[in-house]
Amino acid sequence: MEQPKVIDTKLCYHCGEEISGVDLVIAEKHFCCAGCKGVYQILSANNMCAYYAYNDNPGKRLEGNTHFEYLDEQSIVSQLLNYQDQKSSIVTFYIPAIHCSSCIWLLEHLYRINPAIFDSRIDFLKREVTISFKHQEISLRKVVETLVEIGYEPAINLQDVVKENSNTVNKSLILKIAIAGFCMGNVMLFSFPDYFGLTDLEPQFKAMFAWLNLAFSIPVVFYCAKDYFLSAFASLKHKHVNLDTPLALIIAVLFLRTFIAVVFTGETGFADTLTGLVFLLLMGKWVKQRTYHHISFDRDYRSYFPIAITTLKDGKEKPKAINELVVGDRLWIRNGELIPADSILMKGDAWLDMSFVTGETDPQPKVLGEIIYAGGKQMGEGIEIEVVKNASQSYLTSLWNKDNYTDNFKQNFNDSVAKYFSIAVFLIAFSAMGYWFFNHDTTKAWAAFTAVVIVACPCVLALSTPFTLSAILALFDKKGFYVKNTDAVENLAKCNAIVFDKTGTLTTTENAKIRFTGTLTDEEKALLVSLLNHSSHPLSRQILKSISYGKFYPISKYKEIPGKGIRGLVNEQMVLAGNQSILPFDIVPNERSGVHIVMENEYKGTFIVEQEWRSGLSNLMARLQDQFALKVLSGDTNKDEKALTSFFSSAATIKFEQSPQQKLTAIQQQQETGAKVMMLGDGLNDAGALKQSDFGIAITDNINNFTPGCDAILKGSSLTLLPNFHQLSKDGLKIIKISFAIAIAYNCVGLYFAIQGTLYPLVAAVLMPISTVTIISFTTIATRFFARRNKLS
Amino acid sequence: MNILYFLVGCSVLMALIFLAAFVWSLKNGQHDDVVTPGIRVLFDDEIIEPKEKNSEN
Repeated sequence: MEQPKVIDTKLCYHCGEEISGVDLVIAEKHFCCAGCKGVYQILSANNMCAYYAYNDNPGKRLEGNTHFEYLDEQSIVSQLLNYQDQKSSIVTFYIPAIHCSSCIWLLEHLYRINPAIFDSRIDFLKREVTISFKHQEISLRKVVETLVEIGYEPAINLQDVVKENSNTVNKSLILKIAIAGFCMGNVMLFSFPDYFGLTDLEPQFKAMFAWLNLAFSIPVVFYCAKDYFLSAFASLKHKHVNLDTPLALIIAVLFLRTFIAVVFTGETGFADTLTGLVFLLLMGKWVKQRTYHHISFDRDYRSYFPIAITTLKDGKEKPKAINELVVGDRLWIRNGELIPADSILMKGDAWLDMSFVTGETDPQPKVLGEIIYAGGKQMGEGIEIEVVKNASQSYLTSLWNKDNYTDNFKQNFNDSVAKYFSIAVFLIAFSAMGYWFFNHDTTKAWAAFTAVVIVACPCVLALSTPFTLSAILALFDKKGFYVKNTDAVENLAKCNAIVFDKTGTLTTTENAKIRFTGTLTDEEKALLVSLLNHSSHPLSRQILKSISYGKFYPISKYKEIPGKGIRGLVNEQMVLAGNQSILPFDIVPNERSGVHIVMENEYKGTFIVEQEWRSGLSNLMARLQDQFALKVLSGDTNKDEKALTSFFSSAATIKFEQSPQQKLTAIQQQQETGAKVMMLGDGLNDAGALKQSDFGIAITDNINNFTPGCDAILKGSSLTLLPNFHQLSKDGLKIIKISFAIAIAYNCVGLYFAIQGTLYPLVAAVLMPISTVTIISFTTIATRFFARRNKLS
Repeated sequence: MNILYFLVGCSVLMALIFLAAFVWSLKNGQHDDVVTPGIRVLFDDEIIEPKEKNSEN
């Protein structure tokens, strides 16, 4: 099919797509479609062609057209704006199309297109642009439309309005690290003379250094370590011990001993150990908190829904925010818009793509008076519907609001060990104290008690876990597996059952093959190509690519009916392409779905986009079935049962026609039998199940696409590595346990001194960094070793 | 050796100034985005319109 064209291939100057069909030329530059050409014209008119200088073909093809009337509505605008004063407004948008330096250049030079936009700043990693504009000269809607014109459509959805600011948490942690590090550095400096025994030569300095050290440890304890105390109190209130409880106790004991030593005896205390400990603990916390800025794991239905919809009142269109919709509102849904709430169809021809809800991609017709569930996407002309349930109560969103997730409290290794650890430490500490009391040595008794608590610091536990797991996280990241946080890695290791979704998970549309059921003569091909050339619909482009025929006819009476298809008079012949609803009544296609082709009232055949199975599936399942109970829950019909059974062994359960609710319940039932379930799915219809599972993985071919809330996002091409990922996470837990054993060995040395009541500050100060360095280097080396063994490095 | 009292005071003061500078830069948002400025600095100045107004602020 592919003709040998080497020199002939032309790429669109704007988007870099191969030009098939019409070749639009201006200024010796070739464009694939009117959209790309339009962007170029705007840019060249504003003297902004440097956009094309920084990268080849930096643009993205424009798709669809969105309506922004709702941005004229003051109540919606004020929800979106970050800031507004008399003259200027500031707004931040998430723009998925940002991908290269040209994008930065262009979006930061918006003032050339419209001077009223006086400043724009990009955050490249977050794909966000912050725009300042003079709202008296340009409306927010115009700003957004300007962005759309140049090919950067912002994603404005319901979740944007309810934005939570996670950045500030991180900032306060960095501030704490800075202060703890500052204090630690100074304390170390002033402790050095003590380490070498120099202070005995000049005792007046000894006292001063001790007082300085005490002063430096005050902000460390009362500001930097504040969270440990709060967390310890909170967990004690719930009669349960977490890792922060012993940590808080140690910090308190260290501080009190230092305070007493300095104030009453003039000795140096444990300020060096104290500040070092807090600094390292905070570092561990920071490593653990580092996460992906560009991927959102907490998306729920809100990010799929637009923020506003057109309502009809007394025959007039009026945009209204979705969370303000009430029962009885009349809505006007255009082609390609989502139904925001469960409604009844009142007027128009509804063809709904319910793939968000059921996974089924073929549009379904609805009749007047029928209930339409939220999440359906209208494919075709506008329809009028009446809301019967609020957006937050509709069938789809109720999956999220169920209370079944509340018991999802997952205790990690650290917290479960912390309990036994604390008990052991207290046992040793009290027996040491008891022994010295028995020997009538009260000072030694107190010294021994506090020293045991200091030495038996679970600092290593607090460090080895984040360091190991975040190293594993980074390794996963390189292989296209993005895990939400380090706690999730622990959950991954514990899984012993896997549930797969079918469509989009085991199959892919990425390199979908297009198959034609009939045969076309060369003449007919030319007719079809001429017609399809005029359409910018993705399906038309895909079909065009598969035909690649270089002869065109002029065309007249071209009409594109949104959501249905296209027709036109080509070379005196009527040609139709589209789904069943565009065909004349007397023609019945052989296939139910796909793009049907009709020429001069004669059915020619259907183009079918075939979903392909991902490669290496049978191999993958063979590796997985020894360790996991496998299950497939598909929302689709059982048409692929044969193919599926060939991948899975007979032990695997395969179920079809599962609703989102059924998927969720199936996982719940499996969990009740004690299984730890990993769920792999895509799309909104799996969202409930993903959330319910112990480890939910959303599979996607493009990580910038919207994925439902989950614990991890997996690139489709990395699916075959799943057993390796799981093995590495298990090895990670092993590393943590080994490092725990190493730490206990160090603690035994310290305890030897501590029990005797002869723990000098110097011993404590040396022991802690040494054990920390050992642990961190051990975890780093061990993680690398296991990564290589699992073929993941 | 009493001069040391003065020197220690100086060193602590210097360190505090640097800490304050860091806190200021953090609050000022200088650490929010560490990638984009690195790309931004590579853009050439325009020679097409030399009299163009700069929108820096």
